[in-house]
Amino acid sequence: MIRTKTYKSPTTSPSKKVGLGHLKIATAGSVDDGKSTLIGRLLYDTKSLTDDKLEAIEEKSRQRGFDYLDFSLATDGLVAEREQGITIDVAHIYFSTRKKSFIIADTPGHIEYTRNMVTGASTAQASIVLIDARNGVVEQTYRHFFINNLLRIKDVVIAINKMDLVDFSEEKYNSIKGEIEYLASKSAYKNQNLTFIPLSALQGDNLVSKSENTPWYKGETLLHHLENLDAEDINEVSQVRFPVQTVIRPKTDDYHDFRGYAGKIYGGDLEIGDEIVVLPSQTKSTIKSIHFFDKEFARAKNGSSVTITLNDNVNVSRGDMLVKVNEEPTITKQLNATICWMDKEPLKASQKYIIKHGVNDAQAKITQVSSIIKTDFSGIEENPSELELNQIGEVQLKLSKPLLVDPYSQNKSNGSFILINPKTNNTVGVGFIAP
Amino acid sequence: MNQRTIQVDALESEAIYIFREVIAQFEKPVLLFSGGKDSITLVRLAQKAFYPAKIPFPLMHIDTGHNFPETIEFRDRLTKELGLELIIRNVQDNIDNGTVKEETGRYASRNMLQTETLLDAIEEFGFDACIGGARRDEEKARAKERIFSVRDDFGQWDEKNQRPEVFDMLNGRIDLGQNVRVFPISNWTELDVWSYIKNEQIEIPSIYFAHKRKTFLRDGLIWSAEDAVVFRDKEEEVVDRMVRFRTVGDMSCTAAVLSHAVDIAKVVEEIRDSSISERGARIDDKRSEAAMEKRKQQGYF
Repeated sequence: MIRTKTYKSPTTSPSKKVGLGHLKIATAGSVDDGKSTLIGRLLYDTKSLTDDKLEAIEEKSRQRGFDYLDFSLATDGLVAEREQGITIDVAHIYFSTRKKSFIIADTPGHIEYTRNMVTGASTAQASIVLIDARNGVVEQTYRHFFINNLLRIKDVVIAINKMDLVDFSEEKYNSIKGEIEYLASKSAYKNQNLTFIPLSALQGDNLVSKSENTPWYKGETLLHHLENLDAEDINEVSQVRFPVQTVIRPKTDDYHDFRGYAGKIYGGDLEIGDEIVVLPSQTKSTIKSIHFFDKEFARAKNGSSVTITLNDNVNVSRGDMLVKVNEEPTITKQLNATICWMDKEPLKASQKYIIKHGVNDAQAKITQVSSIIKTDFSGIEENPSELELNQIGEVQLKLSKPLLVDPYSQNKSNGSFILINPKTNNTVGVGFIAP
Repeated sequence: MNQRTIQVDALESEAIYIFREVIAQFEKPVLLFSGGKDSITLVRLAQKAFYPAKIPFPLMHIDTGHNFPETIEFRDRLTKELGLELIIRNVQDNIDNGTVKEETGRYASRNMLQTETLLDAIEEFGFDACIGGARRDEEKARAKERIFSVRDDFGQWDEKNQRPEVFDMLNGRIDLGQNVRVFPISNWTELDVWSYIKNEQIEIPSIYFAHKRKTFLRDGLIWSAEDAVVFRDKEEEVVDRMVRFRTVGDMSCTAAVLSHAVDIAKVVEEIRDSSISERGARIDDKRSEAAMEKRKQQGYF
C-alpha cells in the first residue's frame, strides 16, 4: 500500500489510451506480497485512476483510519470482500498507457482460490508472478507458476518485489531467479518466456522508471516490458479450426439460397478456395466466400468471427467443424485430460457430467481418476478415490458421442473443455486434453 | 475476386461470438435497449453477427418516462430503419398499479423502479436471455459480472456463487424460471465503445455531443434545467452552459459534463483525457459504496 508521504505526482505524463484491444494479464498473490500496491501503483503512475475514484479511495482509507491509501479498495468489488478485506473472485482492473491498454485479472493466490486462478488465467495472454524478496519462493509461488505452465501462458514475468527490504541485494535476486529457472526446467511446457524484474512497488523501483538502487539489473522496467509484449506473438499458431456456431439462412429475396456457417477461426487463417473437410461427416468441399457483415473478403485471419459459405451443398450444423484437408483433429469417444476441479462436490469415477467442448455438448462418464498432481511440484498421488475442489488431476472420460479434439498443447481452444453438473447446471471443472 | 484480408478486432470478434452463442443456446432472447451508446453498439454487433439475416430477437426498452426526448426519438428511428421489433414497457404502469412507489424529494429518480418493470416483462414474454450493454470497467461490482450471468425467478444475482467462465466456453444451461443476463461487451472500456462508434460511423443521440443547455449546479454536478422531471429548488440558479451527457440514463439521475466536443472525434479525444469516470456523473451510484451491487442483487440490469 502506498503511504501518503510518497504520494507525489505521477512520474509519467497523462496516459493516452488507445481504444479497442487490450492485453490481458493474470496476477495472483496475497495482499502481503504487495500485490495491491503493485496494481495500485500501476494504475496511479499511468494516471488510470480517475479523480472521482481516487477521491473515493482517499475517503474510505480515511474512514478506516489508515494513514496510507489502500488501493485494494479500487480492486475488491464485492461487499463481502471489502468487509473482510479479501479478494474472493477474479477482479478485472483496467489501465492504459500511450502505447497499450491492459486488463489485469487479479486473483488471490491461496490454495482455496486455485479455480479462480485458473479461470482468470485462462483468457490471459501474459502473467505476473509476484514474489516477496524476503520470503523467496513459497508454496503460493509454486502453485501460481504451476498454473501458468498448465495453461501454457507464454509470457510470464517473475516480479521479485520488496527489494527495498533486502537492500536491493543482487544475490537474493539471483537465488530466487535460480529457483524459478529450476522449476521451469522441470515443467513440460518449454516455450515460456520468463522475465525476472527486481521491484519495489511501494517505492516505485523498476516499475515505470529504472531504479538507481539496482545498477546490476540491465533489464526493462515492468511497465516497459508489458507495453512491448506483442499480443500477436502470444497467441499460438496451430492448424486451423472453425467450429460452426450457427447456420445463417436469411431466406430473403436477395439471399434466397444463402447458407452461411457462422463461427470464429482458431489457430490460423482461412481463404477462398481452401480445400476443407466438414467434421464429423468427413465431407469435402472448398470455401466459396468469406463474409464479415455486409462485405466479402478473400482471406480471414486467426481469431476473426466470420461467416463462410461452401461450394458444395453439404449438410453442416452447429457443433460441426471445418478444417483444412490433411489437418484433421482426433475424432474420439475417449479422453485423457488434466482436470482442475471447481465444485464442492468432488469428482469421482463413474459419475456422469455434461462435457462442453467449444460449442459442442456431450455426456461424459468418468472412467478413472488416475492421479492428483501436487501444485507445489512435489509430485503426484496415484489412484486417488476422488478429485476435490481446487485439486488438479489426471482423469479418463468416456463420451456419449465423438468429439473433434486436439491436445491442449497444440490448440488451446480445441484442447480444452468444461464439465457441467447436469443436476445443478453449474460449471464444475475445466479440462486440458492430454497429448 | 476480392483480394482483401479481414482481421476482426479481438473485442468485436468476441462480442459477435457471444451473440451467436445466445441464439444457439436460448429459445427467447431479447436485447435490452436503452437508446444509450452501449446498447446502440450492441445493435450494430448483433447486425454483424447475423448478417445477411436480420437480428433474430426483439429489442426491449424499459421506459422510465423520464428519458431524454432526444433518446426516445432516436430509439424509434433506429428500430424503424433496421426493421426491428421494439417492445416498450413503462415504469409508469407499475407506478399506476401500485407495484412500485414513486420516490419523492430532491434526489427522486425512477432508475431503481425499472427493475420491477423489467422482471414483469421477462415473465410476460418468457425471455430466457436478456442481452445488455454493461461493461466491467463501469463499476466495481460489474467488474465481477460474468458474460452469461444467471438470475433466479426474482431476477436476483448471487454474486458469491457465480459459474466460472474459462476460455470462451459459455455455459447457458438454466432451470425453468431462471434467466441469463448476457453481456457481450463486458470486456470493452468506455473508450473502446467510443472508438468503435467513431470507426464504424454509428449514429448516436444528439445529447452525447456538446450543446447549449439550460442547467443548474448541485453537489458539484451539472443538471438539466430544461426537463421538468429533474427536481430543482427555486434558489438553484439556471445558467446556459455548453454541455454533453456521457451516459443517457434516467434524466433525474444523469448529470451533464462541461464539453466542447461537438463531434465524435472530439468526444473520443475528450474521453481519452478525462479525469472523471463515466459513472461519476451518475447520482444513483453515489447513494452508497455498494449501490450497484445492491441493485444487481435485486434484479437491476
